[in-house]
Amino acid sequence: MNCKSMIHIHNISKAYKRYSRKYGRMAEWFGMGTHHEDIWVLREISFDVEQGQSLGIIGVNGAGKSTLLKIITGTTRPTTGTVQVAGRISALLELGMGFHPEFTGRQNCYVSGQLHGLRASEMDELISHIADFAEIGDYFDQPVRIYSSGMQVRLAFALATAKRPAILIVDEALAVGDSYFQHKSFERIRQFREAGTTLLFVSHDRSAIQALCDRAILLENGFVIKDGDPEEVTDYYNALLAEKKNTTVEVKTLEGGRHQTMSGTGQARVKQIGLYNSKGHAVEFVNVGESIELRIQVQVHDDLDSLVLGYGIRDRLGQIIYGTNTWHTKQVIKKPLKGDEYEFSILFPANLGLGSYSIQTALHDRDNHLTTNYEWRDLALVFNVINTDKKEFVGCLWIEPEIKVTGVLNEG
Amino acid sequence: MIIGTAMLKDVWAFRDFMWSSVKREFQTRWIGTQFGPLWLLAPPLTTILIFTVIFTNIMRPGMPAHDSKFAYSIYLCAGVLTFNLFTEILGRSVGIFVESANLLKKIHFPKLCLPIIVVVSSVLNFAITMALYFFFLVIADAFPGWIIWAAIPVLIIQLMFTIGLGMLLATINVFYRDIQQSVQVILQFWFWLTPIVYVSTILPPLAVDLMNLNPLWPLIKAYQGIFLEHALPDWYTLIYPCILGVFFVLLGILAFHKLQGEIVDEL
Repeated sequence: MNCKSMIHIHNISKAYKRYSRKYGRMAEWFGMGTHHEDIWVLREISFDVEQGQSLGIIGVNGAGKSTLLKIITGTTRPTTGTVQVAGRISALLELGMGFHPEFTGRQNCYVSGQLHGLRASEMDELISHIADFAEIGDYFDQPVRIYSSGMQVRLAFALATAKRPAILIVDEALAVGDSYFQHKSFERIRQFREAGTTLLFVSHDRSAIQALCDRAILLENGFVIKDGDPEEVTDYYNALLAEKKNTTVEVKTLEGGRHQTMSGTGQARVKQIGLYNSKGHAVEFVNVGESIELRIQVQVHDDLDSLVLGYGIRDRLGQIIYGTNTWHTKQVIKKPLKGDEYEFSILFPANLGLGSYSIQTALHDRDNHLTTNYEWRDLALVFNVINTDKKEFVGCLWIEPEIKVTGVLNEG
Repeated sequence: MIIGTAMLKDVWAFRDFMWSSVKREFQTRWIGTQFGPLWLLAPPLTTILIFTVIFTNIMRPGMPAHDSKFAYSIYLCAGVLTFNLFTEILGRSVGIFVESANLLKKIHFPKLCLPIIVVVSSVLNFAITMALYFFFLVIADAFPGWIIWAAIPVLIIQLMFTIGLGMLLATINVFYRDIQQSVQVILQFWFWLTPIVYVSTILPPLAVDLMNLNPLWPLIKAYQGIFLEHALPDWYTLIYPCILGVFFVLLGILAFHKLQGEIVDEL
């Protein structure tokens, strides 16, 4: 095994104590009985993260994500179970923690760096790299109170990543600062990964998880209810979000090992879905730029107030390339009755890059599936885009250019 | 004491952080000002000056068996300045975990660093104050000479007592925040229940008996003796505060060790 386990979490549970009476705790200190009940926020969690792996942690608020991170970083202890962490952790959760407004960026870097366990001599070496990366110029030697919030984030990020950690914890709070710096910081995270840093990424954002992680876990009420491929886990999470009474979530394994997630009340269902070319033939392979038609037949199983069909085209990694629904196109079906059937015909040009794509469908009552979800279906249909007659190109979109080349006489 | 050494090792690794924090604490008091570090001298200078001017020129409380007009000022400063050290450390450390909740919840570092920073900066501040006091004693021609070294063991006992009590109360305060409020009140009473402003000879015998329970009194009395009478302390009177100091240090360590896992959960 050349994969080293960087984080080893074995059967941890965490309970907070709740005391019904004020002096119950004091009574316990003196050995007089038990006066608290345990509120369990994490239960029997076990997983390992290997070196260089990047793990996404997903879950609704209160699912236990923060507690899990606190246990991994060591600020709190699990009630039962063991945690072993190999190497230094840097967490981008507390960006700018401990900055004092009256002191300069440089002075703050020293103290904050030392708070994270670095020695003053190490800071001497790192300080110029921090200043270079933050790119805040002369402000580096000005009091932090005159910084813009963007500058503070730049400085804090530069400081937190000055030294490559063995484990880096990132949460979506990172999505601050201007886009230039965001790109720069993601680039640094990517470099760290290549150099072997293990990444823990906490987010609600499925596309970020899918882009950054090679594994994901889903937390729900303190349990890890899903652990696996990011696409599968985020699909499942999405389905859970829509979970309501009478809703079922179903995961089917398709040919080729991909997982289709279906959820919803089932009051309306996609009966049939197909992709057709301009001649009306069902196709699986589509030429770049070809006009195609997506036909979706929907069966209504209950009297409903309204019915909206949404669909999305996703790439191989599960990122949505395009999506819309009949709410946005103002084609909501009012008061469909039980037994009704509708056919939606969606025409569009396949201006997509080469590769495999999937269609996801959603049936709901309004502009999104979060309030009432009749049916949500990932990977409802899979198709491939091939290039038979266009010039060679790369990327996820086909945007045909017109390129003019003119020689310019140099008169100098 | 194996727990103790592991704990100290963790803390030692963060010595640079603690030292920078102490420096920062002093710097915050003068950063952005014109006179800079000179401002550190202002509070102790004010105390000593006011006491001296008022009690040597305006009011003149007589000190039994002393004719020097500075006698009362010397007596008062010896008690007030050292008691202030006790107040400062205890008053600031009792709330230290609660006030640093944000830091403790987000960053993993030895929690003990926080009270240590308080103690070190308070002691340094005390050193500045005492330097001024010594200067005043020299001017008043009342410097005790070599006997001043006797103040060191007294100070060590005082610090042990203060730190032990502070750690115990800071830990309990996380769970029962009333501690912090009551400490402020109790410190006021404690000041007046110790013969600092007045002399013990004016007290009725019953009050003296009760005051013998006050562990700070022997310490303060020792300072007053050193600075005013230029006399060595009665060492055996210091046994009681010393034992109590050791007791609080052990109890403080025990409480902190038992409860430190729950501290972050309660913040």
